[in-house]
Amino acid sequence: MSVQEVEQGRLRSPFYPRQSELDRLNLWHEWKGFSSADGFFDTGLEYFSVRNSTGVFDISPMTKYRITGPDSLDFIDRLVTRDMQKIRPGRVAYAAWCDDQGQVIDDGTIFHLREGEYRLCSQERHMSWFRAAAIGMDVDIADETLDIAALAVQGPTSYSILRQLDIPGLDELKPFGLLHADFEGSELMVSRTGFTGDLGYEIWIETKQAVPLWDALFEAGRLYGIRAIGTAALDLARIEAGFIQAYSDFLPANATVRPGRSRSPLELGLDWLVDFKKPVFNGRRALAKEKRRGSTWRLVKLDIEGNKPAHHSYIYPAPSGQKEVGFITSAAWSPVCKQNIALGSVRTPHGKPGDRLWVEIYYQREMHWSRVMAEATVVEQPFWNPARRRATPPGPY
Amino acid sequence: MAERYDAIVVGAGHNGLVCAALLAKGGKKVLVLEANERVGGAAVTREFADGYSVSSCAHLLYQLQPQVEKDLGLKPALVASGLHTVALAKDGKHVRIVGNEVSGAGQDDADSYRRFHARMCRYADLLKTYVNQTPPRLGRDAPKGDMLTLARLGFDLRRLGRTEMREFLRLIGMNIYDEVVERFGSQLLRGAISLDAVTGTHLGPRSPNTILTYLYRLAGRHAELCQPAGGMGGIAEALAERARSFGAVIRTGMPVRRIVVENGRAAGVECENGDAFSSWLVVSNADPKTTIMKLVGTRHVETGFTHRIHHLRMRGNVAKLHLALDGLPSMSGVDKREYGDRFIIAPDENYVERAFNHAKYGETSASPVFEITFPSFRDTSLAPTGKHVMSAIVQYAPYALREGWSEKSKKAFIDTCMQVMADYLPDLAGRVTATELLTPADIESQFHVTGGHWHHGELALDAFLFTRPVGGAAQYAMPLDGLYLCGAGAHPGGGVSGAAGRNAARQILKREKSV
Ligand SMILES: Cc1cc2nc3c(=O)[nH]c(=O)nc-3n(C[C@H](O)[C@H](O)[C@H](O)COP(=O)(O)OP(=O)(O)OC[C@H]3O[C@@H](n4cnc5c(N)ncnc54)[C@H](O)[C@@H]3O)c2cc1C
Repeated sequence: MSVQEVEQGRLRSPFYPRQSELDRLNLWHEWKGFSSADGFFDTGLEYFSVRNSTGVFDISPMTKYRITGPDSLDFIDRLVTRDMQKIRPGRVAYAAWCDDQGQVIDDGTIFHLREGEYRLCSQERHMSWFRAAAIGMDVDIADETLDIAALAVQGPTSYSILRQLDIPGLDELKPFGLLHADFEGSELMVSRTGFTGDLGYEIWIETKQAVPLWDALFEAGRLYGIRAIGTAALDLARIEAGFIQAYSDFLPANATVRPGRSRSPLELGLDWLVDFKKPVFNGRRALAKEKRRGSTWRLVKLDIEGNKPAHHSYIYPAPSGQKEVGFITSAAWSPVCKQNIALGSVRTPHGKPGDRLWVEIYYQREMHWSRVMAEATVVEQPFWNPARRRATPPGPY
Repeated sequence: MAERYDAIVVGAGHNGLVCAALLAKGGKKVLVLEANERVGGAAVTREFADGYSVSSCAHLLYQLQPQVEKDLGLKPALVASGLHTVALAKDGKHVRIVGNEVSGAGQDDADSYRRFHARMCRYADLLKTYVNQTPPRLGRDAPKGDMLTLARLGFDLRRLGRTEMREFLRLIGMNIYDEVVERFGSQLLRGAISLDAVTGTHLGPRSPNTILTYLYRLAGRHAELCQPAGGMGGIAEALAERARSFGAVIRTGMPVRRIVVENGRAAGVECENGDAFSSWLVVSNADPKTTIMKLVGTRHVETGFTHRIHHLRMRGNVAKLHLALDGLPSMSGVDKREYGDRFIIAPDENYVERAFNHAKYGETSASPVFEITFPSFRDTSLAPTGKHVMSAIVQYAPYALREGWSEKSKKAFIDTCMQVMADYLPDLAGRVTATELLTPADIESQFHVTGGHWHHGELALDAFLFTRPVGGAAQYAMPLDGLYLCGAGAHPGGGVSGAAGRNAARQILKREKSV
């Protein structure tokens, strides 16, 4: 008997020929029109590869825009809340962008590839907003999502692996730096960026070179514990790193209907990305007002007692559980920290670093539901933030 | 060091002049910079042929707000008021309208019209209150005063009585076509009312909210038609005189190249000739699109706002046709005494709608609608002795003409106009000694109004009160500190009314005091 394969109307990653060989789970979900794997072999092992050796996550489905033209810097500088004048060619900036009400539409990374030439990467698509932001400016915005294949190569041995590929300048590449190198006649871009809070890189190449690059990478990583990972492992790593994600920890402002359901960058712990010294950027007027009057919400990182992940929990100021002040947006038991961690959204003035809060955790044992009130401490630093993440040159692990 | 003023007004349209006068009266040191050689903007008189002058755009005065006259101590010089509207019929059986009276349409229509007019005026009086003040802000952040204004709007509506209120709310989004067909038998009367509802817009009588545009015209002085002495430029000159008397400096022939933005706020202006002037207060009489897209530059304001301004509907449909005549043309059924009145060609409501159809597809009307006056009949200063000028508003002549505006397409449109008018003014063509046609494209280039639009942007429910020109910028203050709008593109809209200029000045004086 032969099994008929059903077309799902989804795009396949340029790395699919290799991913399909590794796939033992057949767990795929949709990511902006692409099939993206939850995991390939064992999501737990995949996670540990990120923390102990190297995990490779396919970021080809990530939305990528190429922004060029005489006004490209002015365009980006008005678009995002941080000061982009400071981001020289060869540097990368994590940034958020808002609507006129100062509510976050999305966050992403902006790569200053060459003088006046940028790549902006984000989870969501934004062409219509960017087109509106380009009115009256001499700037060209092209969606290059399908043209560029990319892999996040993350973990302590990632540097040692990439060294095998003879990439000039890799030793000196600092966090949030990028370089261009040659790979079999194609331009390879390497950036020291990632979504795991650890030592790691992202490597970018034109789509047709995707499979050869994968092969070279996995050959180089054979002795360094390289492993393809899916979204489950990545999600756990990003929560440990304290990174927020659209549709989990905030809703894109343009996807909300009810007032109060979106968040400002000040409410998402992104104050450091908002530069009020810039005379104009989208959301500035509203954010300046918010800064004067105070925010409604605060993003908190919580260290919770016990070991039951606080998925979807309400947050209370006291164990009596009378009046909730917020809710959990991402939660996990962190294997590497041995901590019960979560990100949440809490009404001010609650949620200052050091504050004690209570989360109401529901869990199921043999069909029956139980509930505990667990004490939680608001922490300031990311749960996982190893020194090797910043060391240049990185150590050989 | 650039010369410093308390306020700079960009543009000496009548609204700019009203605003400048009131700011100066309020103690500000004001500079007005006008691109053209003459003040007035679309309220201006120009010589278009040797010895023949005419109001280049606006020619009849019917919306000047009494509060503007009062605040400025302005007494406009008029050569005539209470003009009749003569709705022309080919057979000479015209319908005449003045105030609440209609003649020539039968007793039933006369009665209906009296009732209709009374009701429309009642609603227009309600509107008038809002025409003459800054619209309240809506939403969570609204200050208390604004909520009071809003409450008052609710209260005024209530005072109309429950049935009347329901009627008002029903009517305001409706089209004039249904209303005239339901109430009147006379086609000429239906056509005349339809015309008044759509003049200056990109709407036909069947388009929604044409009752609103009709009410807007009545708000203030119930659209009593007046002819200013010396043409509409006479009004502008008088306003300029008032502004100067309060100390404002007006400089013409000074096109502003850009509004200077420093550190996220307006800081002055720079003229085409390189002259620069400093001020922490820049008030633009130019339309919102020109102001933001051209003079300020989108990079100095935020994206949502830019996007809304970019999409303002600003395609004009009104052309102005000026003829120099060696004598008055004949019209059957019109008495010699009546030549100072207003003549319209809009024989029925469907004729008007059909005329609009063409505009939708970038064509000029095959049979346009007309508002015709012979201003020289009452004002001899406008033409040599014994000679006359005809001033006609012709609609629809779309700004974005598909084949483009050229000498050829202008000639073709003039021919169309002459042909249609020949049915009513048979010997007109033989009397013409000079012709000027101003298309919306000409109006754009000569008067610096995007699209040559009457109202500096469509007057519609989505761009009215709280959302004019766009939501979030409806209180004259633009989302750039120190920048204000004071022209027709701001609340309440166009027409020679002075309301936008006056409201803006009052709002500026109030805000700047509280800062
Ligand atoms: C063809 C036509 C006929 C009309 N007929 C009538 C009528 O009969 N009755 C009536 O009540 N209304 C009529 N209207 C409407 C009325 O004329 C306008 O709504 C009104 O005049 C607008 O006044 P304003 O002061 O707001 O703007 P405008 O009169 O447009 O003034 C704006 C001024 O700003 C100046 N400006 C723009 N950019 C710059 C710059 N960069 N630097 C310096 N100066 C600048 C312009 O030159 C202009 O003088 C008519 C409109 C048109 C187009």
